[in-house]
Amino acid sequence: MSGHSTYTPSNGFTRWIDSRLPIIRLGYDSFVAYPTPRNLNYWWAFGAILSMMLAVQLITGIVLVMHYTPNTLMAFNSVEHIMRDVNWGWLMRYMHANGASMFFIAVYVHILRGLYYGSYKAPREILWILGVVIFLLMMATAFMGYVLPWGQMSFWGATVITNLFSAIPLVGDPIVTWLWGGFSVDNPTLNRFFSLHYLLPFVIVGVVVLHVWALHVVGQNNPTGVELKSEQDSVAFTPYATVKDAFGMVVFLIFFSWFLFYSPNYMGHPDNYIPANPMVTPAHIVPEWYFLPFYAILRSIPDKLGGVLAMFGAIAVLFVLPWLDTSKVKSATYRPLYKQFFWVLVICGLGLGYLGSQPAEGGYVVASRILTAWYFFHFLVILPVLGLVEKPRPLPESVTAAVLAKNAAH
Amino acid sequence: MTMILSVTKIGRAMGAAALVAGLAFAAPAFASEAGGPVVETQSWSFAGPFGRFDKAQLQRGYKVYKEVCSTCHSMNLVSFRNLADAGGPGFTMDQAKALAATIKVKDGPNDAGEMFERDGRPSDRFAAPFPNDEAARASFGGALPPDLSLIAKARAVHRGGASFLGDPFTLYAEAGPDYVYNLLTGYVEAPHGVTCDGALQYNQSFIGGTCIAMPPPLTDDIVTYDDGTKGTVQNYARDVAAFLMWTAEPKLEARKSTGLKVMMFLIVFAGLLYLTKRKVWSSVAH
Ligand code: HEC
Ligand code: HEM
Repeated sequence: MSGHSTYTPSNGFTRWIDSRLPIIRLGYDSFVAYPTPRNLNYWWAFGAILSMMLAVQLITGIVLVMHYTPNTLMAFNSVEHIMRDVNWGWLMRYMHANGASMFFIAVYVHILRGLYYGSYKAPREILWILGVVIFLLMMATAFMGYVLPWGQMSFWGATVITNLFSAIPLVGDPIVTWLWGGFSVDNPTLNRFFSLHYLLPFVIVGVVVLHVWALHVVGQNNPTGVELKSEQDSVAFTPYATVKDAFGMVVFLIFFSWFLFYSPNYMGHPDNYIPANPMVTPAHIVPEWYFLPFYAILRSIPDKLGGVLAMFGAIAVLFVLPWLDTSKVKSATYRPLYKQFFWVLVICGLGLGYLGSQPAEGGYVVASRILTAWYFFHFLVILPVLGLVEKPRPLPESVTAAVLAKNAAH
Repeated sequence: MTMILSVTKIGRAMGAAALVAGLAFAAPAFASEAGGPVVETQSWSFAGPFGRFDKAQLQRGYKVYKEVCSTCHSMNLVSFRNLADAGGPGFTMDQAKALAATIKVKDGPNDAGEMFERDGRPSDRFAAPFPNDEAARASFGGALPPDLSLIAKARAVHRGGASFLGDPFTLYAEAGPDYVYNLLTGYVEAPHGVTCDGALQYNQSFIGGTCIAMPPPLTDDIVTYDDGTKGTVQNYARDVAAFLMWTAEPKLEARKSTGLKVMMFLIVFAGLLYLTKRKVWSSVAH
């Protein structure tokens, strides 16, 4: 895939550049000539959509910082100042808040696409692991960003989540004090979260560069999961993938705008419009929706340390997923049983998300335990066993053969 | 082969069982929630993608707020000048000035280093009834009348079950004003066996508990409307709830009208991109 460069500078100026810093060549090889499978469906547009959302978050975030004040006495009102007095401030703020949700919707689709089509398997293990690193960084960034407006959920969410570290044996409490910069979540905590919330997105940019680099070395997977064999299996990135991704991005922007302009507080929590008050605990402390499945896993374990380990374990299994799945066949299209387990896992994740939003009592806890157990059972038992016992459907000869067979069937 | 099949069959059966069990334990949540606060949804001029504030309603709501609510509640995020902002109650700047001039503001220090009192200006925030939260609490047996600036976005009652799944389609975003309206009209006879201590009142819509420390603020004819609208508790409650939606979301109209333009642009752009995509891909089987 990362074959020979076909770029030829067209004039003296680009030739001059090319022999000094071949950056135009890099762009050309990566986004124009780069061969992309001819059979990609729209689930493959989510990489481009994620890149777009990362840019949206960076741009709106930088503008917000021009008007925001990271101080416990002023943070809440400075956000309201942005909403009320800054020109287009309401748009920047709502774009950034809803943009975070959209970013997570896109990343969950992107990850599920990878799970369905087996994109984590050889030779894409490092590409996949870099993706999981991005996912972790996104979670850390979003968590700290949510603290910045210093509403009730900001404060209490930060308190609950940072307190988790106290579960670490022996050094737990000193670590929490160190994280807080004091003996409770307070101004030093807000200041360091602000600093890190500004830093981490740039770290994400760095890891995305690595992610795309790895992608361009091994090439994209495709809906058949059969690696590209000849030139006719692929088309040039530009114009083919460019125009298809552009269409996908604009459709996603319509979806984004629907919430942004017409229901901008749907994904948020009303309590975050109440200024933080350490003396008043909200009736239910719930994290942002995109953390709910993990929050449900956390609370399903009766032991604090156990809960924390399970929660981090739920992400840690993704790192070793390439070695847990023993099947040589990538795409679920040709794995009749895996396909069913995939959908069971999706429903399991949605169920955990719902349970994470409910109080940790009675039937909810029992249900969370069952679904948490299933989540781990899926990765640790089903995937290894399934690869050994499942009889896959016959794979197509090549991507082109699959395309032609499909078109002939129509 | 039979063994292989039975292993996967067991797996599948377990998956189904886990899901059914998981969902069954969670199911009561969808059924219950009866007995929670009563909130009946109202129709609002500002609902939906084309919603706009009704200026006359906001002016009436302001009057109710000023004459009734502001005796107990602060509204620290709103200034008099905002009353003349586009997308608001539509007062003229002169009216806003005149309204501001009705309050006295402590300012200073002056050249002599002394604090002084002056007439309010449009840039001043609405006056708060109590010097601080402690003073407010002291007057209400420990309960704090919350600042009302953002109240219409800071409260929402779950309407039960899975209604939240439908909201993105119906674009229901008026849970706040619905709550305020229901709260203000929710002072009904306490059900049998429910009693409220001391100065507390039963309110069927209050989320914070069964009894509320706010005495029923509205009675018929407590405010005289200038535009002939009937002075009923329901009208006051609806108008002040709309006004509070505006104070919480003063850029609502700008948001919805910008949204319409952006949506139209994006839909046309998406259509053109789709046609381009079809053209580009027409020569490649895919
Ligand atoms: C006599 C004083 C008083 C007046 C007048 C008054 N309130 Fe209140 N209000 C309170 C107090 C006290 C509370 C706190 C109640 C509690 O927490 O139990 C409160 C609470 C509220 C709440 C929050 C309820 C909740 O969910 O926590 C809203 C909304 C509210 N008032 C709206 C209004 C509106 C609108 C008006 C004008 C029509 C008004 N109030 C007039 C004293 C008053
Ligand atoms: C900031 C977040 C991310 C950005 C901007 C991003 C960007 C991209 C882009 C542009 C592509 C190529 C287009 C595509 O195939 O979709 C891609 C591919 C891929 N990404 Fe991501 N990604 C992000 C997060 C993740 C995460 C969290 C994971 C997994 C945990 C992941 C796993 C993958 C994999 C496996 C591929 C190759 C898929 C294939 O070709 O089948 N990515 N990513």
